[in-house]
Amino acid sequence: MDYLALASIFGAAFSVAFGALGPALAEGRAVAAAMEAIARQPEAANTISRTLFVGLAMIETTAIYCLVIALLLIFANPLLG
Amino acid sequence: MNSPLDSIALFYLGPLPITQAVLTTWAIMAILVIGSYLLTRRMDLVPGKRQAALELIVTTMDTQIVETSGANPAPYRAFIGTLFIFILVANWSSLIPGVKPPTAGLETDAALAVLVFVSVIWFGVRGDGIGGYLKSFASPNPIMIPLNILQSLTRVFSMFVRLFGNVMSAVFVIGIVASLAGLLVPIPLMALDLLTGLVQAYIFAVLAMVFITSTVEDGQRAKPDPAPRPPPNQKDT
Repeated sequence: MDYLALASIFGAAFSVAFGALGPALAEGRAVAAAMEAIARQPEAANTISRTLFVGLAMIETTAIYCLVIALLLIFANPLLG
Repeated sequence: MNSPLDSIALFYLGPLPITQAVLTTWAIMAILVIGSYLLTRRMDLVPGKRQAALELIVTTMDTQIVETSGANPAPYRAFIGTLFIFILVANWSSLIPGVKPPTAGLETDAALAVLVFVSVIWFGVRGDGIGGYLKSFASPNPIMIPLNILQSLTRVFSMFVRLFGNVMSAVFVIGIVASLAGLLVPIPLMALDLLTGLVQAYIFAVLAMVFITSTVEDGQRAKPDPAPRPPPNQKDT
């Protein structure tokens, strides 16, 4: 039984799972705040949504990092050679 | 399944391996350069349809640059606009069957990120001089120098990983779904891929702009602040 491969696969799955958790919550908060702001001040909708998009991309980066780590574990694992 | 981190050489040009990403990039470059040359050949004071459409694109870019940075768009228009259009076309090239977008590979994104890194230095030195650029590392105060140096590297690295991860994951997901369930099922995902491609191109350009202007402004910190803007017109309610 190759425990390193097993551990790598579990590591990849957990990294994506937990890596998606935080950004999902954070993006939810960000979008909710932006909605509230737009509802309060519809004339600022352009600026708000532009900032929102950039902010969402920043938040999403953490999830993308986890995805890249998972791909490294699966496809380019240094321990498995 | 092929690893998304590798790129396979199609053929060799002497000792240089030529991958599909390189071929696609050359094709996109040729299309953009020749297309821009043909489209801007006969410019008129009174624009025709074609020129009006081009002017609309340029004006939109200028507006976006002004709104994100507050700077005069003229020095940045060429670089930021080219970045945006190239990444957009590269992301959307996945619509052509059999073409993998070059931005889904590590090397193209790394090259783009290096371009941004170099252009931050270039615009910083050009805007403030070498002394002013070096002084931008000591903003807001000298304690931050190591952190600022670290940040100038990590923010570019994060741009690189962000673009790569987003485009690659979209291509990867579409590949998996297409291999599982044939014909029409991947189409909504491809529509999502179009949106992601647009947003990522926009964000890459905007972040490059933000990094450049923040460096330029940090170097100029000693100058007095410009007059405050008049408040935007409030709607009477």
